[in-house]
Amino acid sequence: MKLSRAKWFGLIVALAAALAVSGCGKKKVATATPPPPPPPPAPTATLTANPNTINAGQSSTLIWSTTNATDVSIDTLGKVGPSGTVQVVPSESTTYRLVAKNQSGTQEATARVTVNPPSAPAPLKSNAGDAELFMDNMKDVFFDYDSYDIGGRYTAVLQEDARFLQAHPSISFTIEGHCDERGSIEYNIALGDNRALAAKQALVSMGISANRIKTISYGKEKPFCTESTEACWQQNRRAHFVYGQ
Amino acid sequence: MKRFAIFTVLILGSFTLSASAQDWIRTGTGLGVEKIRLAVPDFKVNASEGNTQSLAMTFDQTLWNDLEMAGIFDMVGKSFYPMAPPGTPQDVRLKDWNQPPPNASMLAFGNLGVQGGYLNVQGWLFDVKNEQSPQVLGKQYHEEANDANARLIAHRFADEIIFRLGGGVPGIAESKIYYISNRSGHKEVWQMDYDGANQKQITHNGSIALSPHVSPDGSRIAYAGVTKDGWQIQMWSLVLGRNVSFPRFNGTNQSPGWSSDGRTLAFSSSWSGHSDLYSIDSSGGVPHRLTNDRGPDVSPSWNPKTNAQIAFVSGRTGLPQIYTMASDGTNVVRVTDQGYAVSPSWSPNGQFLVFAWVRHYGPGAPGASDIYLMDVASRQWVQLTHDGGHNDFPSWAPDGRHIVYQSNRSGRTQLYLMLADGTQNKKLTTSGENSQPNWGNK
Repeated sequence: MKLSRAKWFGLIVALAAALAVSGCGKKKVATATPPPPPPPPAPTATLTANPNTINAGQSSTLIWSTTNATDVSIDTLGKVGPSGTVQVVPSESTTYRLVAKNQSGTQEATARVTVNPPSAPAPLKSNAGDAELFMDNMKDVFFDYDSYDIGGRYTAVLQEDARFLQAHPSISFTIEGHCDERGSIEYNIALGDNRALAAKQALVSMGISANRIKTISYGKEKPFCTESTEACWQQNRRAHFVYGQ
Repeated sequence: MKRFAIFTVLILGSFTLSASAQDWIRTGTGLGVEKIRLAVPDFKVNASEGNTQSLAMTFDQTLWNDLEMAGIFDMVGKSFYPMAPPGTPQDVRLKDWNQPPPNASMLAFGNLGVQGGYLNVQGWLFDVKNEQSPQVLGKQYHEEANDANARLIAHRFADEIIFRLGGGVPGIAESKIYYISNRSGHKEVWQMDYDGANQKQITHNGSIALSPHVSPDGSRIAYAGVTKDGWQIQMWSLVLGRNVSFPRFNGTNQSPGWSSDGRTLAFSSSWSGHSDLYSIDSSGGVPHRLTNDRGPDVSPSWNPKTNAQIAFVSGRTGLPQIYTMASDGTNVVRVTDQGYAVSPSWSPNGQFLVFAWVRHYGPGAPGASDIYLMDVASRQWVQLTHDGGHNDFPSWAPDGRHIVYQSNRSGRTQLYLMLADGTQNKKLTTSGENSQPNWGNK
């Protein structure tokens, strides 16, 4: 007994829309209430990007630190911790703006990442096969721990992917969902499934036909990287694009 | 919910254990009762035809191990035994056994020999404190003489003794454990005896097989496999020795769990766009939806006593937690309050859940995944494993006294056996990586 794809496609779109509207899944951030007066000193903030010039497709690391702030956010990334680092893969030159707030004031800091356009306008080695083009152009999506939400920066990655797919309408492909080695085998199969489906839904919402996309979860069964380090785990929490179905 | 000490009525009487452990468990099956002092001298070898000596050694070791692992005996060390072990009731002098140093309550003894290619075993169980009529049990076995049958006869005799002295709960010495091993190069379904002997590959799909669950009658194994249609519930017939057809559905279908009457399977499917639980007639048919939420719902385990409830794992509020629900999907109750809780297995008496739990999850937390046991009614729980590593997929033995689980505490993931109070851990596998054990009834 198989359900018609069209029917489920409709449901998936409806669900995606509902989720987008309700913005569900946001975790509450507990903020300690400071004792009343005296008011705290105004916050300070720094933000740097390293390197601040990259080629298209490469990543840069944002490094920030703040003091006295009760609320810190970075444009496009949302709320972040008082200090930290994050990898970004901007598809075009981007100015990242950090805002640190507390009741005494607001401090901003910015960092710009300049993206060099691809040297030879990348599209399209006309003699290359679809498979090779697919591998060269389709960029994977990475996820936070136990999450299947597509983070802000990966929406841009998927938009690039969708642009490529629109230019190559004959390509059909598979999205593999992967997880890091922590956690349970069965739960990770479901989590990887959700990751693959999230990437599929995003592409469908960008106009890619669901019929072109097959999904499969490998949970933690086929890791890209086998060391027990956060860097490695991050590599394994992904939706991976594979040419063909 | 807090840490607890369980003291309660025990099935065999009002004994209490003065163990140093502060946590104790009443599983209702005799664990925690004062253990019976049991002496088991090597069986007397009658005729020494061919390989009789090696069969005798296999028999003696297997019988001893079964009785020791049963969890209800205090095995009297062999150094306390009289020089000449008894082979028949006439050889037994009760005073050699019922007084110190052996000070045994029970004596299992007998003889074995090979004649005409057949292994003959006579075994007795004596209540050596009962001088008037000591015999509790007398059995005879006659099987083709080989190592497998020496083990089989030992298992049968052990189970007879355990049934008589263990409150009428059948022993598990003849039961099988099904699990996943990668030692062939692919993850396939394997089976072994409960004590780790006779490890044997079942499936040869050359793909990925996960989550084997044997049917209550022991005839079929439901498992999840990657097929050309993605993850599907597959059904292996142990009678036919091959996969038999089972309905396939869109999406990812996995983590099957049998009801104890064998009629229904619950499983996880993402055909609706997110993974939810469904139940389906075990002979096929149309799935019935049990859950409907965005978070992953996996790993259903039926209450085998009633089949009226299912424990499962859901990520509906973030990190996975254990829930219970009625078997029609109503009355969902969350039973773990924090951390990362997965892989529930419901005890045969319906009273307990065992599961894997990272209680203190997050940066800076130790993050070990351990096996916990929870009393379903009171939600009181106790930690069973303490040796580090990632421990997961506990599965109850049909006797409710034993639990098999996977752990990587010694490096690669292997299977371990323990009593349901967390004691007497024994490693069962060493080759390749082995995971997701499921204990069969037979």
